[in-house]
Amino acid sequence: MGLFQSQRARLLGLLTGVLLLTGVMLLSILLGLQNFHISMLLHTYQAFDGSTEHMIIRDTRVPRTIVGAVVGAGLAVAGAVMQAITRNPLASPSVFGINSGAVLFIVIGITVLGGGLSMSGMIWLAFAGAAVTALLVFVLGFSGPGGFAPVKLTLAGSAIAAFSASVTSGIILIDKQSLDQALFWMVGSVVNRNMEHVMAMLPYAAAGLVLALLLSRSLNVAALGDEVSKGLGISLFLVRAGACISVVLLAGSGVAVAGPIAFIGMIVPHLCRSLVGQDHRWLIPYCAVAGSLLLVLADLVSRFVIMPKEVPVGVATALIGVPFLIYIVRRKSYVL
Amino acid sequence: MSYRKSMTVTALSMLTILLALISISVGSTTIPMREVIASLFGSADGGNSLIVIQFRMPRALAALLVGAMLAVSGALLQGVIRNPLAAPDLIGVTGGASVAVVSFMTLYTGMYSMQWIPLIAILGALAAGSLNYMLAWKKGVSPLRLVLIGVGISTALSALTTFLLISGPAYLASQVLNWMTGSVYGTGWKHVSAAAPWALVIIPLSFLFSRSLNAQAMGDTVATGLGTRIQRDRLLIMLCSIALAGAAVGIAGTLSFIGLIAPHIARRMVGNAYGALLPTAALTGAVILLLADLAGRMLLQPLDIPAGVFTAAFGAPFFFYLLYKKM
Repeated sequence: MGLFQSQRARLLGLLTGVLLLTGVMLLSILLGLQNFHISMLLHTYQAFDGSTEHMIIRDTRVPRTIVGAVVGAGLAVAGAVMQAITRNPLASPSVFGINSGAVLFIVIGITVLGGGLSMSGMIWLAFAGAAVTALLVFVLGFSGPGGFAPVKLTLAGSAIAAFSASVTSGIILIDKQSLDQALFWMVGSVVNRNMEHVMAMLPYAAAGLVLALLLSRSLNVAALGDEVSKGLGISLFLVRAGACISVVLLAGSGVAVAGPIAFIGMIVPHLCRSLVGQDHRWLIPYCAVAGSLLLVLADLVSRFVIMPKEVPVGVATALIGVPFLIYIVRRKSYVL
Repeated sequence: MSYRKSMTVTALSMLTILLALISISVGSTTIPMREVIASLFGSADGGNSLIVIQFRMPRALAALLVGAMLAVSGALLQGVIRNPLAAPDLIGVTGGASVAVVSFMTLYTGMYSMQWIPLIAILGALAAGSLNYMLAWKKGVSPLRLVLIGVGISTALSALTTFLLISGPAYLASQVLNWMTGSVYGTGWKHVSAAAPWALVIIPLSFLFSRSLNAQAMGDTVATGLGTRIQRDRLLIMLCSIALAGAAVGIAGTLSFIGLIAPHIARRMVGNAYGALLPTAALTGAVILLLADLAGRMLLQPLDIPAGVFTAAFGAPFFFYLLYKKM
């Protein structure tokens, strides 16, 4: 059960979250190696004069912030959906190898097509990679004489991640030209993205989010177990298929734009569950807001750690996430 | 060791030597076996002899040593943890060695001595291994907790490695990446001489523990009853395993899954008694890596595909099979 019991408290919490998110996004646009005043942001969009400051805001800070917010929301919601249908508290796009699968497909695309790969082509490749990996992990997790076991999914996912990582770096080594371009995808980061990237991924991320929201009631039932859901007349197959599509859309578009950003998808649903409990109709919007908040915040903080260089935000979230993973594994309720 | 088992070990040794010879003989220029053998005995002259002695031979030896080290490391770990899924890559040991070596490489940009690399890698592996062990400890260590926390530690460490990779100078990134994928490409005598002491001391040393490992396989109570000092042995065996994995990673980078597959194949051939299992696993590991290296060199000529790509390509499905069978 969550901290916020009544509907009113939950709504207020969500609104506070949105306000906080707006604030952090503003800070992320204004602060960095160069700090700006808020009036500069207004000037940029009302009277753009081509000065360096305006260029930085329009072409660097704003796209970066929006990418962070969209990707964070997508990964967090994907994690919440995965945790619900697999009943595995570690389920998330990074732990299950979905991120690395998508990266592998992108790197293959870059090597085969070279510079001819467009942004939308990249997104479709990322979808394909995410879909293949997700399917593989689920098939492996549900097959075998032991039947469905949460821990099997985790192990299959980590093996897939190791496998894709080796093949990815193997390809990069063979095709040295793609090294620079591919390193860009291997580390999760939101730097150097432009509005074109944002526009290319936004429809897919939005579709994934809407699908997740539509599924939220069924997810509540599915989380109760197979028997109960069958008894209540829910088609588990349809719910799982829908959930898979939503995860692939969200994680795939996220990886296509920002590379593999670890652990957001695992941490955020847990934090949000402690606020609103198991009801996915609330949990999913909360995850969307909190995921954005966490990723934009992580990106903001990682600009200041080793000024003037930046820590890629994918590295920052990996380091934040591990203590959390260890906590979940050590917790008694994790079925081993 | 029974007659059948010693025959298996002998046959595997022959296979290893044969593969090593083939590996020396084929490549971008094929050198006839006759000349290879003549060069090895120092009775040939000319360019081919140079290729054999300076380039092909250290590469084959490095593959042999590294493969054997990883396999024995995995077999020891599976014995101590009593879990078929235990492997140095899965408990974060390999990741620790990687981070240590990559930071060493970035710190001393190109100005380091190869001799130090295995030691640095072992220290990193030891740190990651003990961290995992401590974190997984909760009134005893459950193998699955060890593996799951290992997954987390590996993720964090690989993020750190990538960070070091992109924050260093660009020319170093390609060098480091080359090393990370797991390859014996470009190994010279300095690599072999850096690896050999560790392999030649620790692998035979670990054979001494086979009786204790056999006892441990029957459970703690039986093992204690048989007079095994379990806790001490367990610690020493873990140390051997970590040192072997660390040194192997230091020489050849992260060759995933060899430590997992080789002991399983060896178990199929000679059964579960460690007296025969450890040497068989060592030879199997050597054979696997020699084959992977050969395949990487020959399949897509003139490209030299890192052996790690092949070990991952065959290792991951094998891992899925184990997951499917044993759980």
